[in-house]
Amino acid sequence: MSTQAARVEEKLFQNRYLVDQGKPHIVVQPHTTPSKNLLAMTKICPAGCYEKNASGQVEITPDGCLECGTCRVLCEPQGDIVWNYPRGGYGVLFKFG
Amino acid sequence: MIEEKFDAIVIGAGMAGNAAAYTMASRGLNVLQLERGEYPGSKNVQGGILYADMLEKIIPDFREEAPLERHLIEQRFWMMTDRSHTGMQYRSDDFNEEKPNRYTIIRSQFDRWFNKQVQAAGAIVISETTVTELVSDAYGKVIGVRTDRAGGTIFADVVVLAEGVNGLLGARAGLRPTPKPEHVALAVKEMHFLPRETIEARFNLHGDEGVVIEAAGTISKGMTGMGFVYTNKESISVGMGCLVSDFAENDETPYGMLEVFKKHPSIAPLIEGSEVKEYAAHLIPEGGYKTIPELFGDGWVVVGDAAQLNNAIHREGSNLAMTSGRLAGEAIFQVKSRRDPMTKQNLALYKKYLDDSFVMKDLKKYKDMPALLHTQAQNFFLTYPTLVSKAMENFLRVDGTPKIEKEKASVRAFREKRSLTGLFGDAWRLARAWR
Ligand SMILES: Cc1cc2nc3c(=O)[nH]c(=O)nc-3n(C[C@H](O)[C@H](O)[C@H](O)COP(=O)(O)OP(=O)(O)OC[C@H]3O[C@@H](n4cnc5c(N)ncnc54)[C@H](O)[C@@H]3O)c2cc1C
Ligand code: SF4
Repeated sequence: MSTQAARVEEKLFQNRYLVDQGKPHIVVQPHTTPSKNLLAMTKICPAGCYEKNASGQVEITPDGCLECGTCRVLCEPQGDIVWNYPRGGYGVLFKFG
Repeated sequence: MIEEKFDAIVIGAGMAGNAAAYTMASRGLNVLQLERGEYPGSKNVQGGILYADMLEKIIPDFREEAPLERHLIEQRFWMMTDRSHTGMQYRSDDFNEEKPNRYTIIRSQFDRWFNKQVQAAGAIVISETTVTELVSDAYGKVIGVRTDRAGGTIFADVVVLAEGVNGLLGARAGLRPTPKPEHVALAVKEMHFLPRETIEARFNLHGDEGVVIEAAGTISKGMTGMGFVYTNKESISVGMGCLVSDFAENDETPYGMLEVFKKHPSIAPLIEGSEVKEYAAHLIPEGGYKTIPELFGDGWVVVGDAAQLNNAIHREGSNLAMTSGRLAGEAIFQVKSRRDPMTKQNLALYKKYLDDSFVMKDLKKYKDMPALLHTQAQNFFLTYPTLVSKAMENFLRVDGTPKIEKEKASVRAFREKRSLTGLFGDAWRLARAWR
């Protein structure tokens, strides 16, 4: 894991989450080569949810998602991802915001 | 499930939704408000400055109970290079008035309070409920919503979309497009806790006085972006935001930039020794006037960030959200009291109210700013701050160089980096966009 990824995990550790197990609210569509924007998400996602796997595809683990919508704006219109809000009550729970 | 039909359903319990729901419920309308968070506020992020006037128009005596942090007596604008800042600062004891004009707030706590007032005014509020779909009749009129809870459609005469910048429902129903990457900024923010005496000593404050710092310059690496430091009672909000389109084209990570900002020699001493208790991220609509979508239709209105009603130049959003929510509520109440149907034609009253208010007037004034800052980002956020810093250093450093030579060097530096036509062009474009 890169040092930057480590740093963001440390940050997320402060937050409270209620993860909807087995029901990810963001899904990456199957692809062989990621689009430019989808690849950029591995860097832009403020929670470091996107990662490139060994065979070059971009995957998402939205457990630490901050629900900012950046990936929605960059990747949903072209159909790279499907973006929904978590089920009511789930997801990130800001104490301060 | 809910059987009755409501006068209005409000989607979202942020600033805009709370303002709309409060306005309608306190006038006797039968209002249902739905919020996806664990409680109202648990999904919402702000710097955040609260502008008192717009809340006063909704809840005149809010100061008695609302969770306010500090009233602002000082504003600092910092133009930053990697090692310096050139500042403009305004502090006035006049801001220590009986009814202060601006406060810092903590959104999750503030929204929770605001929503309690909505409930006290008579609205039914259901949290932990994500609205999944707008329901329309055969003619395309919005007649209700579906949620992720069991049960069918909940019906209402009108639906107020106060769903914030990621307004999925409106976009999916084809009422407005998904915002473009160049029209939204991604902001990341941390809450740094310190004893209140430490904050007061570091920022030169007494009691509940507060300071905010807005910073721009090389910290955003040539992207259109800003940093901020806001004082709360026992915490400091530190954040950094840049346009999403710029992030997509650059190598910076948002948290990496926040780290650099926090380590800046002008910022680090202010937050030294603090305990970080939360890390948040959120989008800010920055497209301005030209990106405002259709605001009303048959059976629906849209308010706040969902409608891009955000003045990025002045970093105002919540007040536009509250005002648009209130005006939508007043318009709906008017239509309702005339016993008229909630048609597009009748709901145009909301747009009329909005056009007559500061919301549209301010956004119109700055209609050319977002595009200008975006296309000229390199100059405004990298070149000029560096040049200004150099000129300040030239001016202040006493090293035996004759003053006339120092002055010439500063002027030369400006002209080398940016041609004279470029400089005048930027000044002209800025002045025009500001007008
Ligand atoms: C870092 C940062 C700093 C800022 N600083 C300032 C500042 O200093 N001053 C200022 O005035 N403004 C500031 N703003 C802007 C301000 O926060 C927004 O303009 C304001 O919050 C908009 O209010 P809103 O009600 O439209 O949206 P939001 O506050 O985002 O509320 C939307 C609500 O709708 C809910 N929701 C969305 N979809 C659904 C659904 N399908 N079902 C149920 N519920 C749903 C959400 O959970 C949320 O509670 C800042 C913003 C950021 C990100
Ligand atoms: S919504 Fe934001 S935090 Fe969540 S995965 Fe997308 S970019 Fe990352």
